Amino acid sequence: MKVAIQTETFDVGIEMAAISHNRTDIGAIASFVGLARDMNSGSEVSAMTLEHYPAMTGKALAAIVDQAMQRWPLLDVSVIHRVGRLLPGDPIVLVIVAASHRAEAFAACEFLMDYLKTQAPFWKKEATPDGERWVDARESDNTAAERWVRD
Amino acid sequence: MRCRVLYFARLRERFGLAEEALELDGVPSVADLIAQLQARGGVWLEELAQAKRFRVAVNQELVQVDALIPDSAEIALFPPVTGG
Repeated sequence: MKVAIQTETFDVGIEMAAISHNRTDIGAIASFVGLARDMNSGSEVSAMTLEHYPAMTGKALAAIVDQAMQRWPLLDVSVIHRVGRLLPGDPIVLVIVAASHRAEAFAACEFLMDYLKTQAPFWKKEATPDGERWVDARESDNTAAERWVRD
Repeated sequence: MRCRVLYFARLRERFGLAEEALELDGVPSVADLIAQLQARGGVWLEELAQAKRFRVAVNQELVQVDALIPDSAEIALFPPVTGG
């Protein structure tokens, strides 16, 4: 398992290769990359700053990965989340899930993103033509996370 | 008992404070701490009046307001998270 919080960017190809390096039991790798957009809530966004709670972030992400590993028979998981200042088009988050078969790889990848969005202590602040503003949490993210409880 | 309270993101900016040390009586719950902070009035009351507008972590784990606060705890108050 890899969990990293960093200001630097990441290379999806390198991370994908690392997860399957020297092993032949993996049959499926699913990945998700979240990018910074140039528009949000009807305003242009010229930059974004991600703040986090350093003492909690690593623990929270590791706990989310543990839950996914208990729920599905996964072979490995990598999560990288960036902090600091980002520009439109920059990658923010990477989740990679390796499993024997695609069903659990796809499901766990979605589960990890849904939980990360509602439980990991990150906050986005956007720079817009009207000044800076904190991004509000979205109810749809809570609904997405709650569906895993009902299942 | 003593505890450390940290504030993040919008709360830190509105309170003009990143962290403070507080003295709490008895065996306090998170709700007791929130009530004590709300009693400061102004932005404190405004930001902490609605439970949906903030989250609480005790010793780096998300908790509900009925959770008890252990001695020397690190408590963090912050807006609902927006990472990913």
